[in-house]
Amino acid sequence: MWNLARLRHRALRNNLDGSAKVCLAGYNNNSWTLYESDGQVTVKKQRPVNLDLSTIQMPATAKASILHRVTGVALFFALTFVIWAWSESLSSPQGFEFVKGLFTGFIAKFIAWGTVTVLSYHIIAGIRHMFMDMGYFEELESGNGSAKFILVLWAIVAVAAGVWIW
Amino acid sequence: MVVNQATLKRDGVQDFVSLRATALVLASYALFIIGYFITTPEVTFEAWQGLFSNLFVKVFTFAALVCMMIHTRIGLWQVLTDYIKNAKLRAILGFLLNLLAFVYVAVGVFVLWGV
Repeated sequence: MWNLARLRHRALRNNLDGSAKVCLAGYNNNSWTLYESDGQVTVKKQRPVNLDLSTIQMPATAKASILHRVTGVALFFALTFVIWAWSESLSSPQGFEFVKGLFTGFIAKFIAWGTVTVLSYHIIAGIRHMFMDMGYFEELESGNGSAKFILVLWAIVAVAAGVWIW
Repeated sequence: MVVNQATLKRDGVQDFVSLRATALVLASYALFIIGYFITTPEVTFEAWQGLFSNLFVKVFTFAALVCMMIHTRIGLWQVLTDYIKNAKLRAILGFLLNLLAFVYVAVGVFVLWGV
């Protein structure tokens, strides 16, 4: 506390002509301390910071953006399965039957559905991105609107892909 | 600018255009393959092998693989520079991911060669 007393003393000393209202302001412990020329000391607490993540929601534009990244990275790793299945299915008739047999099981179907779903989002979001390159959907409202639109469109495509695969 | 063109150094405009040009090729290829599965009632080994022995499909597949390597080189670099702050770790991860992309292309070349 010694420095607060010093600051208050300096505030009073510096107010040589008596015109200044607030002579000094100090920031400490999330609050501003104002030293006024008449010797009055006011402590203004900082507004509370909301860190309760359950009450914070990302806007549609942020969801669309992060999903584009996540699906991009996921696609890159999904290629391991795709290229392996492609290589195996072209190697011999036995290899082809082996891969075809895998797709009767849940896991292979799920990976295929996941890949198609992730790919469709990446393409849809990519098309939206190119529209933004050309100057569309750049305002707050149109940007949020187009982001919501592609998220709904993606949900429909994901369900359709699931029906198609199963 | 002259120095940039004379060396293999990347610049932002080049990345911007490359990312979008390769995206168009990749999207067309994806639609082509999905279209094949939707329009083909029963995919047999003969039909499947016949598809990839076609020269057009071979070239299209190879182009898509090369475009994938360029596209992921830029895209994964963007992701890595945003989330991995440690320069050494970022360099190692970038190297491994680019190596994996190269492996995809190499596997593709040898598979296409054999069909």
